[in-house]
Amino acid sequence: MAAIIELQGIRKSYGLGTPVETEVLHGIDLTLQQGEFAALIGPSGSGKSTLLNIIGLLEPMTAGDYRLGGTSVKGLADDDITARRGDMLGFVFQFHHLVPAFTALENVVMPHLIRDGKVSDAALRDGRELLASVGLADALHKKPGQLSGGMQQRVAIARALSRGSALVLADEPTGNLDTKSADDVFVLLRQFNRERGTTFLIVTHDPRLAARCDRIIELVDGQIASDRPVAAQG
Amino acid sequence: MRFELTVALRFLREGRFQSLLIIFGVAAGVAVVTYISALVEGLQGNTIQKTLGNQAHVVVKPREEVARPSLTVTDAPGNVHIARDVQPRAQRLRSIDNWSGILPLLERTPNVVAASPMATGAALALRGEASKSIALVGVELERYDRIVDLSAKVVKGEARLAPGEALIGTELARDFGVGVGDRFSVQTAVGATEVFKITALVDLGNRELNRRQVYVSLRSAQSLLNVPGGATNIDLKVAELFDAEKTAALLRRQVDLEVESWMQTNAQLLSALNAQTISTLLIRVFTSIVVVLGIASVLVVSVVQKRKEIGILRAMGATRRQMTQVFLAQGAIVGLIGSIAGTLLANLLLWLFSTFVKGSDGQPLFVISLSFNLAAGVALGATLCGILAAVLPALRAARLDPAQAIRI
Repeated sequence: MAAIIELQGIRKSYGLGTPVETEVLHGIDLTLQQGEFAALIGPSGSGKSTLLNIIGLLEPMTAGDYRLGGTSVKGLADDDITARRGDMLGFVFQFHHLVPAFTALENVVMPHLIRDGKVSDAALRDGRELLASVGLADALHKKPGQLSGGMQQRVAIARALSRGSALVLADEPTGNLDTKSADDVFVLLRQFNRERGTTFLIVTHDPRLAARCDRIIELVDGQIASDRPVAAQG
Repeated sequence: MRFELTVALRFLREGRFQSLLIIFGVAAGVAVVTYISALVEGLQGNTIQKTLGNQAHVVVKPREEVARPSLTVTDAPGNVHIARDVQPRAQRLRSIDNWSGILPLLERTPNVVAASPMATGAALALRGEASKSIALVGVELERYDRIVDLSAKVVKGEARLAPGEALIGTELARDFGVGVGDRFSVQTAVGATEVFKITALVDLGNRELNRRQVYVSLRSAQSLLNVPGGATNIDLKVAELFDAEKTAALLRRQVDLEVESWMQTNAQLLSALNAQTISTLLIRVFTSIVVVLGIASVLVVSVVQKRKEIGILRAMGATRRQMTQVFLAQGAIVGLIGSIAGTLLANLLLWLFSTFVKGSDGQPLFVISLSFNLAAGVALGATLCGILAAVLPALRAARLDPAQAIRI
């Protein structure tokens, strides 16, 4: 299996050049293989979300090298970074973050509209199938405001996978959901990992959730404190 | 552009109240600008039409005779006085020297489309016991029609000017109690008298002119005014009205004659027209500024409100450029819809104006119509204003870091 993420000495500072300059990531080395299903845990303020944002190309790193899918993204122009983000990455955020003005199906096919300027019939069919596979075949044309939190999160998962993203980054995907919905969402993530071979990196502070992943990376004070596989589970 | 337009439209539809508000604002601005512009355009066209309908654009006539201060008085050796305070000469009626030679030159001048020689002067019209002071105008009707369409102003009779025939104003006809086919005589200061048969009555659109103007053939006027074979002035018509002064200036360099453009003789009218034009321009500029500020402020708020969505779209692969265009498109759409609504509103206002605002005669004060060019120009302007107004919000939207935008 090839590596999809290779991080070397990633550092991140905020407030660069100001008196309150703080480094939140102190040299992170991390490799994730294609098809992995990993949890990123750690106490609040340990830099989990920052690391996820850097991996997700949502914010720039201060130092270090990051190879995504085998090529370095260091020093790339914003448009190239945006293109890679759109082509390879999918996101699931804690607060679902759908675009409220669009229906569930429109949200799911939005990445196609953004990158290709149009939504092909094939893309629409895929979108419908994805929504059906997350159990929302009846909610295709509902606006996010008409859906429950768990349903919105499932739409977000369908969207994260809509352009066949190789890597899905999830930031507390179940943090805002009741136990039942959280379990449903997690099962879905697992299912897509198995069926499509999509790589998942899930930020969570729920130890029970982390224990159901294949690998647990623990971040403490901006450094990797531990990185261990999880014993096979039933 | 599909993505940008789709998102722009959805954002506008989502912010229903805000969108309606700015569209209404744009519509009001467009309506005001269009209405005022059409009104002023109509008013000016009407004024020019009324003023120049009876008047040549450029008049060529002999220079005034000047008395030269040539008298010197020497009261002591070396002490010479020159009489400077000279009474100006009374101007007698004179013909343009060699006018028939100058005529082709005038006709060949750029911008000049027609030239008509005439002999004109003061005279008395007599009928029975009554006598009226008149302006005797001797013209070749066919040529003169191309300057002032006299034939079109005939209200009764047939436009014809053979020797011994005359066209007179309607008021004069009433004063004399005469009609087509009747005769009256004209007497001039040089003592000449001739009897004319009225072939037609003309309405020059002005009571004073209708009371004074008597048109006769050039030949009759020449003999009555004692300028045999002469022309006291040559009337010119130009193609470009507002270039009349330029044409006059050009002619002044070519012929040693007095050349007057309508812009000189109607300097006051011209400055009034200019003041109007400038006022309209100011109204346009300030309305545009208000419209731009209105759209911009609403869109700036919208960018702040939509921060999270912008972040999500960016996370899904939308480039900065795409986000910029989403907001530019919103500005353009608002400008376009607003200008269509505004044009309709302006049409309504114009219809109301021409239906309910009437002169004392029950006719509309003047004809105003919304030209396609004006409507299209204003609509285009409003759309550009919309885009302009969206530039700042659009740039703000694009500058947002996706991570920052989502975190809020």
